[in-house]
Amino acid sequence: MSTPAATARAEPQLRARRRRYSEDVVKGVLGLCALVSVATTVGIVIALFIPAFEFFQDISVVDFLTGTEWAPLFEPAHFGVLPLISGTLLVTAVAGALALPLGLGGAIYLSEYAGPRTRGVLKPALELLAGIPTIVFGYFALTFMTPLLRDIGIQVEVFNTLSAGIVMGVYLIPTVASLSEDAMGAVPRDLRDGAYALGSTKMQVATRVVVPAAVSGIIASFVLGISRAIGETMIVLVAMGQQPNLTLDPRAAAETMTAFIAATGAGDVPTGTLEYKTIFAVGATLFLMTFVMNIIAIRLVRKYREVYE
Amino acid sequence: MVTMSDQATTIEPMSLAQIAQEHGDGFSEREAVFEVKDLAVEYSGNAAIREVSLDVYKNSVTAFIGPSGCGKSTFIRCFNRMNDLVPGARVHGDVLYRGKDLYADDVDPVEVRRRIGMVFQKPNPFPKSIYDNIAFGPRVLNLKGSLDERVERALRQAALWDEVSNRLKESALGLSGGQQQRLCIARCLAVEPDVILMDEPASALDPISTTRIEDLMHELKRQYTIVIVTHNMQQAARVADMTAFFSVDVAPDGNKRTGILVEYDRTSKIFTTPADKRTEDYVTGRFG
Amino acid sequence: MSRGLKGGLFQLALLFSLGVGFLMLGTLLVDVFKDGLPYLDKKLLTDPPSTDPEIAGARPAIIATLYLGGLLLLLTVPIGVFTAIYLEEYANKTRWYNRLLEINIQNLAAVPSIVYGILGLAFLVRGLGLGRVLLAGAMILTLLVLPTVIIASREAIRAIPDSIRQGAYALGATQWQVVSRQVLPAAIPGIATGSILALSRAIGETAPLILIGAVTYISFDPTILGPFTALPIQIFSFLRLPQEEFKLLAAASIIVLLGILITLNAFAIWIRNRYRRTW
Repeated sequence: MSTPAATARAEPQLRARRRRYSEDVVKGVLGLCALVSVATTVGIVIALFIPAFEFFQDISVVDFLTGTEWAPLFEPAHFGVLPLISGTLLVTAVAGALALPLGLGGAIYLSEYAGPRTRGVLKPALELLAGIPTIVFGYFALTFMTPLLRDIGIQVEVFNTLSAGIVMGVYLIPTVASLSEDAMGAVPRDLRDGAYALGSTKMQVATRVVVPAAVSGIIASFVLGISRAIGETMIVLVAMGQQPNLTLDPRAAAETMTAFIAATGAGDVPTGTLEYKTIFAVGATLFLMTFVMNIIAIRLVRKYREVYE
Repeated sequence: MVTMSDQATTIEPMSLAQIAQEHGDGFSEREAVFEVKDLAVEYSGNAAIREVSLDVYKNSVTAFIGPSGCGKSTFIRCFNRMNDLVPGARVHGDVLYRGKDLYADDVDPVEVRRRIGMVFQKPNPFPKSIYDNIAFGPRVLNLKGSLDERVERALRQAALWDEVSNRLKESALGLSGGQQQRLCIARCLAVEPDVILMDEPASALDPISTTRIEDLMHELKRQYTIVIVTHNMQQAARVADMTAFFSVDVAPDGNKRTGILVEYDRTSKIFTTPADKRTEDYVTGRFG
Repeated sequence: MSRGLKGGLFQLALLFSLGVGFLMLGTLLVDVFKDGLPYLDKKLLTDPPSTDPEIAGARPAIIATLYLGGLLLLLTVPIGVFTAIYLEEYANKTRWYNRLLEINIQNLAAVPSIVYGILGLAFLVRGLGLGRVLLAGAMILTLLVLPTVIIASREAIRAIPDSIRQGAYALGATQWQVVSRQVLPAAIPGIATGSILALSRAIGETAPLILIGAVTYISFDPTILGPFTALPIQIFSFLRLPQEEFKLLAAASIIVLLGILITLNAFAIWIRNRYRRTW
């Protein structure tokens, strides 16, 4: 049986490749879009480190990193960044003391104890908590937490580290919990089943089998939580104040790196002055701290994801 | 084979030889559509198949059989350059399609695949309507003519028209497994190919659907050239005019496994008087 | 202590962990609503702010937030989706520059938001001379949430089984035809969900906008190339004013903000559920 179409099909000799330019154009456009993210990183590095470098022409790095007084706008000006770092670390410590254990505990419950219906309620609730903007947490710290602490007898100042730290801890719980739960969920069933078969209780399986197996993911969640605490701005800006005190007392006001950057950047500091460049010097310090932690967290996550993906 | 006597009706399973002989040779033209010479394929340095040479004849059904891992699927994908999509795949040797080297520099894989279609082991309908599934090929290839007519013609050729003509706008995912596979065949037919490759087309289907697909192959080979991969020897005996038996060659250290072509001949011969002992062992069920 | 008792206490402790977080969440919401609800009236939505808390509203902020959101979607979705397509469909994953690209995106997702503000300050506001305008704010927020959109889009694209692509290629489709006619349409629900979630995150951001120069007091409706504020900034500025009433206005504005966010999130979840497909 031979139709005209069939005969035409029988001689398909010419198959010269029409250079498909449109495909190359498409690939070019897509690649360009991908470059936007590269440009962002390059931009961040340039924006931070060039002015920071200029800053360090005038102020020695050693003085910057070891000085205990931060007063860039005063006469005489002091550029010791330790108070800002200590403020950041103090609030991070308070937040971490809350978020890491509670986040992990919540994750263990979700992963090992909660039934499907409970999970169906708890997980969206956690997502809800994670979706609340930090300015709302800042409001909460200032208007509710600080008065509350005073009511129970802790003499905190109007702006203080403790309020901000506690509220920040709550803010970070979803971060720690979801990443830890992810890691624990990746632990294969067989490990649990083996332990149960030997007569272990749920608690033993959770603490002696699952958590150790998921430890790299759990640590990643801790590191990421701390990194987010260090980089957080609004809670500390609203509730912690802007006095760069070098103190270990969480009841006093203090200033974090982020709060300083926000306050100064919003102001009318003239471009190019030394005061203006403090934004970038502190910003570079902040960026380096979080960058190192992020890399560590990403590597840890890759480590446990590789195992099962 | 059914024998009837006064006492009872017995049904004995036919031997492969009987099936093949009943089937006969079935084709008269011996014009070669594909000429394969010394083909070898490697994935990232590991040889999957090597030293394969055979010709595929027009308007025939050619079957590739053999144990798993012998490179049949790799081989069939050489005919429509689907191996191009696997990173790290290298094809050595020649595959001539009607005299033209498929892997020449000036050859456009898109044109190749328009003429040499493929049906896969697991039916893979697009998540679209039945109509849009069939129309996809003609649309991307900018084929002229009425789309509606093309769709209907393809569905009729695949023996699916009667079952779906009143629900062309419904999702293809709602069809049964056998219907989905016939849909995939219709999809392939809609671009008017020259050759249809089928990689284990019925292995995921129930026996009744399998029979329908096999009947389809008998019909289609009048217009097209068909190459199938199958692990089902009875199927090969039923549908194929020519059969190629592949096996695995294990390197002395036991690590490298490469597929090789053992024997290629008329189906009737392969299943009755195979020339190679390995073929005989396989078709009589001694291994594989 | 018996095993059962220890186990029970442990479980209680775990529940308590979750409980603290949700208790705080509940307290926060109750507090916000208690303070803010009385002040949630038409005035808040239609009037500009003022030094007199009696007549202050948040209208410019609300409008600016809507503009920012719209611009953000226009900018982020194409760039993010195309980047995701590049990474999933076109990039050779063994090449070092593509792996670096992936790590770069993961890292950008974790950079503090204020650093993006610094980026905007240096390049857009002062460097490019755009000034403290709404467009600059939108651009920086775009960069901030771009990694989120990329990651979500990649997951949506990856979820599509390879058999679909193979089937399309086997019919003679080119790579872009396979992507644009099969992969992208099937990935749209996932991409939409991810984009909306990114949008809701951006809307709540304050720090980058502070650095870009969102003003805390603006009495006229904002334009794209003019000075601007945003709802979170407005809340921030209300909080800093001495009168008690402004704190309550802040609470009311928070209710508006949360309302916008809940609507967006509900929409995203609706999309996810309506178009959920099991392959």
